[in-house]
Amino acid sequence: MIDRIADIWGTRTPYARGGHWPDRIDQLLADGVIESEVDRWVQSACVLCSNGCGLDIAVKDGAMVGVRGRAADLVNHGRLGPKGLFASWQGVSTKERLTRPLIRENGTLVETDWDTAMDRIVERSGKLLAEKGPLSHAFYTSGQLFLEEYYALAVLGKAGIGTPHMDGNTRLCTATAAASLKESFGSDGQPGTAADVDECDAIFLFGHNVAETQTVLWSRILDRLGGPDRPAVVCVDPRRTEVAQLADVHLALRPGTNLALMHGLIRELFVHGWINEEFIAAHTLKVEDLSAAVEKWTPEAVAETCGVEAEDVRRAAEIFGTSERVLSTVLQGFYQSSQATAASCQVNNLHLLRGMIGRPGCGILQMNGQPTAQNNRECGADGDLPGFRNWENPDHVNELAALWNVDPAVIPHWAPPTHAMQIMRYAEQGSVGFLWISATNPAVSMPELPRIREILAREELFVVVQDLYMTETAQYADVVLPAAGWGEKTGTFTNIDRTVHLSEKAVEPPGEARSDLSIFLDYSRRMDFRNKDGKPLLGWAGPEDAYRAWQECTRGRPCDYTGISYAKLRGGSGIQWPCNDERPDGTERLYADADFPTDPDYCESYGHDLLTGATVGPQAYRAMAPGGRAVFKTASYAPPHEEPDGDYPFRYTTGRTAYHFHTRTKTARSKPLNRAAPDAWVELSAPDATRMGVLEGDIVSVRSRRGEIVVPVRVGDIREGTVFAPFHYGYWDAGGSPDGHPRAANELTMTEWDPVSKQPVFKNAAVQVKRVAAGAGPSPAPTTTASRPAGTGAYGASHGSAGHDGAGRHGSPDSRSAYGNGANTGQDGSAGDGAIPATAIPATGIPTTGIPTTAIPTTAIPATVIPATVGGPDAEVQETFPLPGADGKNGDRS
Amino acid sequence: MKLPVYLGLLRKAEAILADSYRQVANGHGEEPDVHFLCLTLAKQCDAHEQTLQAVVDRYGESAPEDEPERLHAEGLSETRSGPLGLLRDLQDLYLLASLVDVTWTMVKQAGAGLRDEQLLEVVSRCDQETETQLGWLRTRMKQAAPQALIAA
Repeated sequence: MIDRIADIWGTRTPYARGGHWPDRIDQLLADGVIESEVDRWVQSACVLCSNGCGLDIAVKDGAMVGVRGRAADLVNHGRLGPKGLFASWQGVSTKERLTRPLIRENGTLVETDWDTAMDRIVERSGKLLAEKGPLSHAFYTSGQLFLEEYYALAVLGKAGIGTPHMDGNTRLCTATAAASLKESFGSDGQPGTAADVDECDAIFLFGHNVAETQTVLWSRILDRLGGPDRPAVVCVDPRRTEVAQLADVHLALRPGTNLALMHGLIRELFVHGWINEEFIAAHTLKVEDLSAAVEKWTPEAVAETCGVEAEDVRRAAEIFGTSERVLSTVLQGFYQSSQATAASCQVNNLHLLRGMIGRPGCGILQMNGQPTAQNNRECGADGDLPGFRNWENPDHVNELAALWNVDPAVIPHWAPPTHAMQIMRYAEQGSVGFLWISATNPAVSMPELPRIREILAREELFVVVQDLYMTETAQYADVVLPAAGWGEKTGTFTNIDRTVHLSEKAVEPPGEARSDLSIFLDYSRRMDFRNKDGKPLLGWAGPEDAYRAWQECTRGRPCDYTGISYAKLRGGSGIQWPCNDERPDGTERLYADADFPTDPDYCESYGHDLLTGATVGPQAYRAMAPGGRAVFKTASYAPPHEEPDGDYPFRYTTGRTAYHFHTRTKTARSKPLNRAAPDAWVELSAPDATRMGVLEGDIVSVRSRRGEIVVPVRVGDIREGTVFAPFHYGYWDAGGSPDGHPRAANELTMTEWDPVSKQPVFKNAAVQVKRVAAGAGPSPAPTTTASRPAGTGAYGASHGSAGHDGAGRHGSPDSRSAYGNGANTGQDGSAGDGAIPATAIPATGIPTTGIPTTAIPTTAIPATVIPATVGGPDAEVQETFPLPGADGKNGDRS
Repeated sequence: MKLPVYLGLLRKAEAILADSYRQVANGHGEEPDVHFLCLTLAKQCDAHEQTLQAVVDRYGESAPEDEPERLHAEGLSETRSGPLGLLRDLQDLYLLASLVDVTWTMVKQAGAGLRDEQLLEVVSRCDQETETQLGWLRTRMKQAAPQALIAA
């Protein structure tokens, strides 16, 4: 048994390049349940990050009582991360679930029945459609529904109502991944695969704190790093993350300067001739634009703009330029920062310059944040057209019209789909009067929360919220619909490397809660949406009907699902699309033949100017004659729009902790996870803290031009001049509103977005920091991961970070990591040794004797002893290590 | 040699466009994409004006009275408000940018006739950007028009 709060990534199983990542089956059963008592195991996959680990759900007496990783699954080889272990069933099986619909009566939400709630929606919907037409309607969905649900929503929105105002939380997490892939390759579609970790010689992580965002993928990387031929690691991140600590080169750049750094790396490839001219000539366009754009970005120029060492830029470029196989991953550090699409396209460009794409170990992983974000993009509930079709291509619109048997004129395709922030603007101005929010929480997750709350509270705006819980957003609803959660409904979803999993219904939803799919189908039926033959537009009986319709929609498109049936997904592993008659086992890597989907008749997008977002348009695109070649897209660097100044001298950035997902609706209801990261904090560097006389745990006010948070300080390993706040914390478990204790990171963020992907810029704002009170103890920030106290790097001391001879660093499979592993921890979360007084700011972890503690060595900070973040008896997870081929779960996956 | 007339027209048109972008940026701060991009594009116009200086140094620049204006493109004196106001303001910018664009084309024609490599190089650096400005304005207006004209 191993404490997976203290030891986030579990036991190491090192392996060599080209080897099979050893299986490790992680299992957790509810307290008191033993394996032999489990009635049945139901196949599913985890929905608590975009990795999508295959797992089975234990069911006993009609309730979910455990999870076990699927060893046969190509994504995780049996492993699960802390969120999957501790918040899967625990995050949905609670007494706080919504079990009946609610409607607003005289300003208060009261329980009602489904007919009354749906009638109220249909009445308002019908009235607005009659008075103002489809442009009065908007839908804001999620990165957490199933494929079938997104597709239903897309069809009812596009062919039933006919509104272009559809988007999802995916706009906040993954829009730039899609945009950069469309710009470079002509269509969305992840080129690489997680198995590229097994094959690479170097890993570049661009703004991607994978150790916390996708813990199981990081386990895979750690196991390569602990193996005999350690890949080099280059990390681009302003914080000293776990990744940074193990990196050969850590480029801790100023937030907002990604594109300048990327220009510098690309320039080095040109200067040193680390480019594949044959590949460039045969398979790409516009290399001259790229070389011109990067011309002035010498390592010294990069150093000055980005605040990194010129020598580090050279070393990083050399690793990229000279390694045989490079894997690159990109996430929010790029996607949610300035010039997001341009910076992310530069990662694609690095690979194109070297012709490193489509081969083992040469992957690009433009990551997603949320577990089913990929499906929202594919199905078009985010505004794109389903099946990666091009809204500017009339033939593609006609294909959809034929599939749905509707008039093409109904399908909105006259302009780009309306992105989330623009939907909110229309709601603010009153032209959108009906907003249906499903499975997401904009009152915490969107930028500039004071404004978002005002919009949601507008009298004229009719808000429907469909969720598991009474979220911050649901407080503003006119109608609240109780939705079934994971394990309570059947559907499929697709992870970051195109792996499709089936998640089967294990138990009944609580009370009257219904699946999101059945809610959408019910709305469509009550609205009487019909096709040209007068038949119901959405006549599907259940998820498998919806899935089959979706398969037809993808036929011949890049995301071809026609070869992946529910039956084929049962047992074994998930399957990577495209999968069809020609590729019956799916496709591990895209573009092995360097034939890119840029043909004008086939592509998903004609592309944009990356500086302004101007569409290229069909005529100019055709004139370029791309013919299957990738395009080097780029833009010139422009400084961020809000820079620190005399009034707001710090750069502010936001991000994730390993212990929480999104706005904590599930993870805060898990005891082990909530104890590990119970409340908000901000991170300040030791030099900044010293200068301001701020000590660990002191309460500070962090203020931007838009709002304020008042939270305790973690003095951490962050870049000087930069302040970090975790974005998870809202108010549902803190009185429902920010009054008196504002703590949501997005109180401070800006309403601004990337011109191409329209992803909001969460990772750059200017703030001031003022100490307002002494702390009553250390901040509640976890002592593991990037939020650890300054100077206490777990790897830094005992593991070293440079060099390629990491053999043995991570020890044998049964050695633990360097973290305090919390063995023999105390009784339960309430135990305390008196060192941390009980205050409004809960202390982290379980302060019991015998737990490793960490003293802050900085002289300016008193020798406060911060209790290490550990779990407890309920965080003990069983790991087993099946021998290859021993139990049949471990078959050939090559 | 009437090229100096067009060089004068072009510099004046770029300056008016730059001012108008700034006007719209300030007047539509509630639309952050419009606000920030208009500021960026104003700087582009400033840079075009400066780039032209090298050409003006060689050919000179005629005052407008050498060929009096009949159509007066004075730029935006103030901005409107609301969704329709935004659309109208963007459309005004579009007209001003179109004037800049076609003026670049005429200057380019003269440069070709003169076989003036330096002038042609200046044109190639700037006229693409002006074309992209038009592209952005068109894209943004197409997005805004249905909502402003039907639902707002």
